[in-house]
Amino acid sequence: MRRAILIAIPYVWLLVLFLIPFVIVIKISLSDTALARPPYFPQWDWSLGWQGIKDFFRELDFENFVFLTTDSLYWKAYLSSVKIAVISTLLTLLVGFPIAYGMARAPEEWRPTLMMLVILPFWTSFLIRVYSWMGILSQGGLLNSLLLSLGIISEPLIILNTDIAVYIGITYTYLPFMILPVYAALEKLDGSLLEAAEDLGCSRTSAFWLVTLPLSKQGVIAGCFLVFIPAMGEFVIPSLLGGSQTLMIGKVLYEEFFSNRDWPVASAVAVVLLLILVIPIVLFQRNEQKQREAEG
Amino acid sequence: MRRFSAFNVVSLTLGFAFLYLPMIILVIYSFNASKLVTVWAGFSTKWYGELMRNEAFLDAALVTLKVAVMTSTLATVLGTCAAYVLVRIHRFPGRTLFSGMIYAPLVMPDVILGLSLLLLFIGVNIDRGILTIVLAHTTFAMCYVSVVVSSRLVAFDQSLEEAALDLGATPFQTFRLVTLPIIAPAVISGWLLAFTLSLDDLVIASFTAGPSSTTLPMKIFSAVRLGVSPEINALSTIMIGIVTVGVITASLMSKRAAVQRLKEEQTAERS
Repeated sequence: MRRAILIAIPYVWLLVLFLIPFVIVIKISLSDTALARPPYFPQWDWSLGWQGIKDFFRELDFENFVFLTTDSLYWKAYLSSVKIAVISTLLTLLVGFPIAYGMARAPEEWRPTLMMLVILPFWTSFLIRVYSWMGILSQGGLLNSLLLSLGIISEPLIILNTDIAVYIGITYTYLPFMILPVYAALEKLDGSLLEAAEDLGCSRTSAFWLVTLPLSKQGVIAGCFLVFIPAMGEFVIPSLLGGSQTLMIGKVLYEEFFSNRDWPVASAVAVVLLLILVIPIVLFQRNEQKQREAEG
Repeated sequence: MRRFSAFNVVSLTLGFAFLYLPMIILVIYSFNASKLVTVWAGFSTKWYGELMRNEAFLDAALVTLKVAVMTSTLATVLGTCAAYVLVRIHRFPGRTLFSGMIYAPLVMPDVILGLSLLLLFIGVNIDRGILTIVLAHTTFAMCYVSVVVSSRLVAFDQSLEEAALDLGATPFQTFRLVTLPIIAPAVISGWLLAFTLSLDDLVIASFTAGPSSTTLPMKIFSAVRLGVSPEINALSTIMIGIVTVGVITASLMSKRAAVQRLKEEQTAERS
């Protein structure tokens, strides 16, 4: 009996506040837009009984999803979200790998401190970390004044409000998600394997490519998913650092809902985004499982 | 004894410079007398003064703190329950669905969580305000808590619990006297994690907040959309300062606890 209560409390909470809301999103994505409050049709009408329920289901259709494919804004936004997320993930790997490698190679007594230095930004506000780049990247900002005074450029670069600023923002804010799994994989790496490779005539560089990199593969894959998945649905970074031409689906959804008040289309956008994300999420979980099996 | 190689020194220095320079610049410019970002017009604390007189920010900060305290407490209770269920109870109807619902919010984009919760709140006709933000934040924060707590639950020796039960303790007593003290560090870090997640969230709060319950991130967001502002720099500096002190204190405390434990273990072995 006690056990049933213990299970029921978190279970019911998640059913009511996670699963049911999601069913509502799917339902509204199949409804039509209406000039009413709430702005969609059909509404659930209990007073009509069974007939009402049948009518209700008859009114649902895939019109909004068809609309998403006909209006180029949406599929362009999905494609450009994938593009931005892929490029930023690769950049994060490029920046994060050397840091993780350096940490794993650092003297043992230094590692907890380095670890804390990587985690510390994660505890500071995400919004502030994104905002900190606005002053650096703007046209009259610090980066431009530095480059101008050094004579490297003669005219200020336009970085803020372009896709480049979005890449920088994502790389910067998600860097800890890349460093930590890669570091965990590199730290476990047995140093004697590298010594063996070198004894057998491998140069240091080829030992890195042939031994270190393959053995850290799982950490790299985990890090890439941990960056790619949230980057796909990002809203804050494209709205603060991106320009009006930066299309990301999270931003489109937000504006569809708040500015256009088109709830059914916003819901359809959300459903499709989730369907796209299911693929990397499943792949990520498989990778984690493989890792657990390899360890256990 | 391993030493730093030149390559590692360079990659770590550059890496940490990238991670920390933007925040350090932000802190420095919060003391700039000029309103412009690039012009240094001397040291001044006037923006901190302006911030203290800005009622809207203070109100928003109060709302955010209220939400975060309620969220983290609720999420810790629910998340610990969920972790216990996941790790200790292997068979019950709908277990797969349950573990799916614990892991799904961790990877779900904020915009989708926010949208779906708002549609629920409208559907059941609750007035939006602090309560709805707390409900929304608790839902995703409890999943993070349960992941943190369950990793600790998996790691510890279950025979301790069995011993307590054999010696006549009730399951509840066993939990309170044996399990809880062992998982306490994870429960505390779960609480802290939930607290920062709630403090930090902009998107879900924007969807679920009502007109009178603007949170600090919402306030900051609408201010910085218009560009860099020295007041926000001052506010950011305060927030960065609090987090830095908090994280350093926590890590020093856990280090001291580890040393203490090592000493106790050594004494126990000797006697």
